[in-house]
Amino acid sequence: MNATVTIRVVLPAPLRTMVGLDREVDVTVEGEVTQRTVLDVLERDHPALLGTIRGRADGRRRAFIRFFACEEDLSHEDPDSPLPEAVVAGREPYIVLGAMAGG
Amino acid sequence: MSGTRVLVGTRKGAFILTSDEAREEWTVDGPHFPGAEIYHLKGSPLDPDRIYVSQSSGWFGQVIHRSDDGGATWATKDNDFTYDGVPGEHQWYDGTLRPWEFTRVWHLEPSVHDADTVYAGVEDAALFKSTDGGESWSELSGLRRHDTGPQWQPGAGGMCLHTILEHPTDPQRLYVAISAAGAFRTDDGGETWLPINKGLRSGEIPDEDSEVGHCVHHLDLHPSNPDVLYMQKHWDVMRSKDAGDSWQEVSGNLPSDFGFVIAVHAHEPETIYVVPIESDIHHVPPEGRLRVYRSRTGGEEWEALTEGLPQENCYVNVLRDAMAVDDHDSCGVYVGTTGGQVYASHDSGDSWTAIVRDLPAVLSVEVQTLS
Repeated sequence: MNATVTIRVVLPAPLRTMVGLDREVDVTVEGEVTQRTVLDVLERDHPALLGTIRGRADGRRRAFIRFFACEEDLSHEDPDSPLPEAVVAGREPYIVLGAMAGG
Repeated sequence: MSGTRVLVGTRKGAFILTSDEAREEWTVDGPHFPGAEIYHLKGSPLDPDRIYVSQSSGWFGQVIHRSDDGGATWATKDNDFTYDGVPGEHQWYDGTLRPWEFTRVWHLEPSVHDADTVYAGVEDAALFKSTDGGESWSELSGLRRHDTGPQWQPGAGGMCLHTILEHPTDPQRLYVAISAAGAFRTDDGGETWLPINKGLRSGEIPDEDSEVGHCVHHLDLHPSNPDVLYMQKHWDVMRSKDAGDSWQEVSGNLPSDFGFVIAVHAHEPETIYVVPIESDIHHVPPEGRLRVYRSRTGGEEWEALTEGLPQENCYVNVLRDAMAVDDHDSCGVYVGTTGGQVYASHDSGDSWTAIVRDLPAVLSVEVQTLS
């Protein structure tokens, strides 16, 4: 039986408002903890988030969304790479961020 | 006394304006979905408290909301608008081919025949249908797969399916319009489609027999006479007497034949409204005067309606989904502008009042007449 861990996920304010979540949401992942498995569980638990972080058709990160953890930009990392140990251990959150835009 | 509810989609949220039948005092509720582009929101004609919303943003993509209590509360619905099968390719601005790619829902059309049925017109152009109140969507792909599909191309605003009209008594017949492909009709519930663009002349496409390539901006019809269609095209106001099989120009004495909106009076099938806009580049009212034009003869002969509308220094636009009529005994007409005003007339256009101003740029206006 695979171990389960709880990942702290921070969502941008518009998405939190839309689905009625606090700033952080706990996501329980079974097995390997990667960006893909965390987001898969997040979307399973909160289907209204489908398509808002990753495209419905291709599953890829939306252009103006960024992923951070431990002060590192993970946006261009392989979505199947393991997340940092501090995230897995719950000391640091996995952050979904709306990119700054405007002028 | 019956009520009036105006649904306003803007660049930064949705607003709901309510009044009674007199339509003199208005309450403004909003913004709903603050900060998000609300391309369109519309209520079901069969269940008026059921309202569908298309929310679009560059950050978070397409979201569909539905209210079942007149906009007091909202729930997200399915936003999976995946094309049926391999999407294929269409013309790009430079003449190259580009794959169909979903961007947003421009228009939601709750059915007049069934309270759980709603249509969605999307960019890149396609028509989707839900028969469970937006819980799931499926594409009526016969339209996108039409033989002319590879010739379709975007207008300046994108290749959008922006107009969906149902026949009032025949659920199998639908009309849609696409910028810049043209108008299409189905007589079998969306399985097969016929381009209905004969008689349109569009700039570099002067051939009135050209099947597609026409930048249709909006269509409307009156339910009592559904074979008569009215069209505001990129250039020209047009009328068809034969369900779109042929079109005749009825621009007549309009100060500009360019514009986006067209609407038919609730009780007079030959009375129609447009808002002329200066040229296809400026996109402002001619001479800085916002004028709604009314024809009581189905076009050709037009009168300017100006009372209560700004007649100097006005340089707003009125976008294609930003005009609506109510069906009170004294027909109301509503126009939203990119300057954030919604102008209303409760006397068929004779006089106008700004029922709200200083909203974000208005993208769409719909109105419900409530019993």
